[in-house]
Amino acid sequence: MARKFISGNDAVAEGVRLARPHVISAYPITPQTIVVERLSDFCEDGSLKAIYMHVESEHSALAAAMGVSSVGARAFTATSSQGLLYMAENLPYASGARMPIVMMNANRALATPWNIYGDQMDSMFLLNAGWIQVYVEDAQEALDMMIQSYKIAEDPRVMTPFMVNLDGFVLTHTYEVVDVPEQELVDAYLPPLKLAENMMSLEAPKSLCITAGNNFNMEFKIKQNEEMNASTAIIAEVDASFAEVFGRKYHGLLEAIACDDAEVILITTGSVTGTSRMIIEEYRNKGHKVGLIKLRYLRPFPTEALAKVLKDAKAVGVVDKNISFGYEGTIFTNVNSAILQSGLTPKVHNFICGLGGRDVTKENIREMFDALLSSAAGDSCEKIHYMNVRCAL
Amino acid sequence: MMPKITAKNLTNDELFYGHKACGGCGESLAVRLAMKILGERTFASLPAGCMSAVSFIYPNMAFKTNAIITPFASTGAVAAGVAAGLKALGIENTYSVGFAGDGGTADIGLQALSGAIDRGDQIIYFCNDNEAYMNTGIQKSGLTPYGTRTTTSPAGENLPGSVTTKKNMFEIVAAHDIAYAATASVGYLEDYMMKVEKAKSVKGTSYIHILAPCPTGWGTPSEITISLAKEAVDCGLWYLAEYENGEFKLNKDPKAFTPVADYVKKQGRFKHLTETDIEHLETQRDKKWLKMRRDWNK
Amino acid sequence: MNKPKMKSFTEPKTVTDYPLGATCPSDHITSINAGWRTYRPVIDQEKCVLCMRCFLVCPDGVIDKSSDRLEIDYDFCKGCGVCAYECKPKAIKMVKEAEFNG
Repeated sequence: MARKFISGNDAVAEGVRLARPHVISAYPITPQTIVVERLSDFCEDGSLKAIYMHVESEHSALAAAMGVSSVGARAFTATSSQGLLYMAENLPYASGARMPIVMMNANRALATPWNIYGDQMDSMFLLNAGWIQVYVEDAQEALDMMIQSYKIAEDPRVMTPFMVNLDGFVLTHTYEVVDVPEQELVDAYLPPLKLAENMMSLEAPKSLCITAGNNFNMEFKIKQNEEMNASTAIIAEVDASFAEVFGRKYHGLLEAIACDDAEVILITTGSVTGTSRMIIEEYRNKGHKVGLIKLRYLRPFPTEALAKVLKDAKAVGVVDKNISFGYEGTIFTNVNSAILQSGLTPKVHNFICGLGGRDVTKENIREMFDALLSSAAGDSCEKIHYMNVRCAL
Repeated sequence: MMPKITAKNLTNDELFYGHKACGGCGESLAVRLAMKILGERTFASLPAGCMSAVSFIYPNMAFKTNAIITPFASTGAVAAGVAAGLKALGIENTYSVGFAGDGGTADIGLQALSGAIDRGDQIIYFCNDNEAYMNTGIQKSGLTPYGTRTTTSPAGENLPGSVTTKKNMFEIVAAHDIAYAATASVGYLEDYMMKVEKAKSVKGTSYIHILAPCPTGWGTPSEITISLAKEAVDCGLWYLAEYENGEFKLNKDPKAFTPVADYVKKQGRFKHLTETDIEHLETQRDKKWLKMRRDWNK
Repeated sequence: MNKPKMKSFTEPKTVTDYPLGATCPSDHITSINAGWRTYRPVIDQEKCVLCMRCFLVCPDGVIDKSSDRLEIDYDFCKGCGVCAYECKPKAIKMVKEAEFNG
């Protein structure tokens, strides 16, 4: 194992290298570019034996990956923002076909206005696409998830494409010390892809991405949904086996921090979690009963796991670096549904922040906990809070 | 010199059978014959269009070989991915081919095709040209000829049907300096089959553009599909050519053309054409042939 | 005759039994096209010179040349008439389908 001081993007590239994809279909877009650049370096120097396709658009990046996957080869691509939306029609295409493609997405704002910095507008659009979606907190988790994602996606019980999300710039371009595992260890953990029953082969020719009319379509889609829901079990299995082999545990669908006796709980995704951990420590030292949930997977959505942790909370806040216009933050919507379905009745608050790369500071997190504590104490306050805004509404 | 492929020596095996295309469909013949020549180790990619729509209706599958429907824009990209995946897995002696329509090639599919040729991806790309978006109901495409009535380019008081000419796909593809490109017609089947056979041994990308009449969209009786496709070549509105080793070659140079009027008046989509329109078509044809005869090898 | 045969298909009994992905085995024809015909081609074997052109031009590939005479797979013939039109010795006639239905 090597310890390297690398960026989030570098870590993704290292993880992909270790996972030994057969074909990489690459199209550059800020802030993902370093991933595809590093991968081209690895192909050039031979440390990654993969075919590198310079595709002419993101739509073709995923289309080519589907071609690769359709014959039982391991595919990888990466994108962000405009590119993710350009390839959008291919996401449900791949998930309906149950292709275990792994794609890194650098979370970035969507035009218009144009903005290259990090927020979650892009991946929120594709929550319905049938892809497993994980949001990583730091570069180490990014590397580790590139390995775990293939292990989960390629499991015969799962066979679902997998999106690994990194916050644009704040995670893709910041540096930390990362443990890069040895290739042998990864090879033993992630064996070569076996030909799945739905893929093309000379031995048993198949017709793929077929049509199912109104007489059969619904059954195909229900099967897809049921099996995606059931993938929560495999996610937990892989989290555990990964911890055993590599020594790092991520707690599966979500990680609960100081929630056991928490009166108020803040729910975060991605790199904001790191900042929030520091505030948890600070507030706990002051005697406040605050808790934090790092929501790792947004699909499949961990309704039960979430409800368990939120059971006794008086106020729950959800951090969204996105808005569904004319409504609210999307993670907030998903969490509220889980809360209602579970019969819980905390006060709920949506903290919308970080749009277009706006900083989310420690002070902003303190403001969130202050709002939650005061709400739990019976004060009424807005349901939707916009954080770190330059001026009055 | 390659041995000629004829009805007699062509395999009896059907690799594309039981599909739900219209009776007399030119495109289905083009696919059927290509599959016989390509054989069982073929992986076919088909975008949205008639051929995919009629061959993959669960549970009725018309391909005997591996086949995959691709997103509309993605024939070139998926076929390229299939070829790359097979290569990476060490699976050899296969053909990754795309069978796309005119819309799926010249319009929405152009970018992915261009990318595949640029990369030299090991695929054979077939453009089955029936000169409109037939599967969705006969709408105008980039390969719809001047003066064609389609459901989005009606012919009436003010317009003669489509006002644009066929996008020059063969030369666009050739301008990429592709390894091999050819035009063909289901009216000249031995020529088409020879070109398919040739494409099999090409290193890199090959492109075959085959004119395939659609009785439904062209407004013609189903039985004349083959002879109409022959007449398109004989009257000069279509041509048989190849691009190989950086050179253009005209395969057939008629001494005299048959009348364009005879060709168009058989077709419902051209019924409205006036004498002036037909003269216009002949002028365009003559201009094109002047250049081809001057610049291309024979 | 040596043309692809229909496969028997029983629909999956539960949602779980449906195929993984949008996949189905190839070479899996489950319905015939005979009902499309208004006319069917009939080969006059006396006139036929075995040039095989009909076999070549049939868009559906229903003409079989595996035996010593050309045969038509009427399960999949759509009655488009291309074979009759293209037959040089005019050995194929298009006959009203109704005459064959009892």
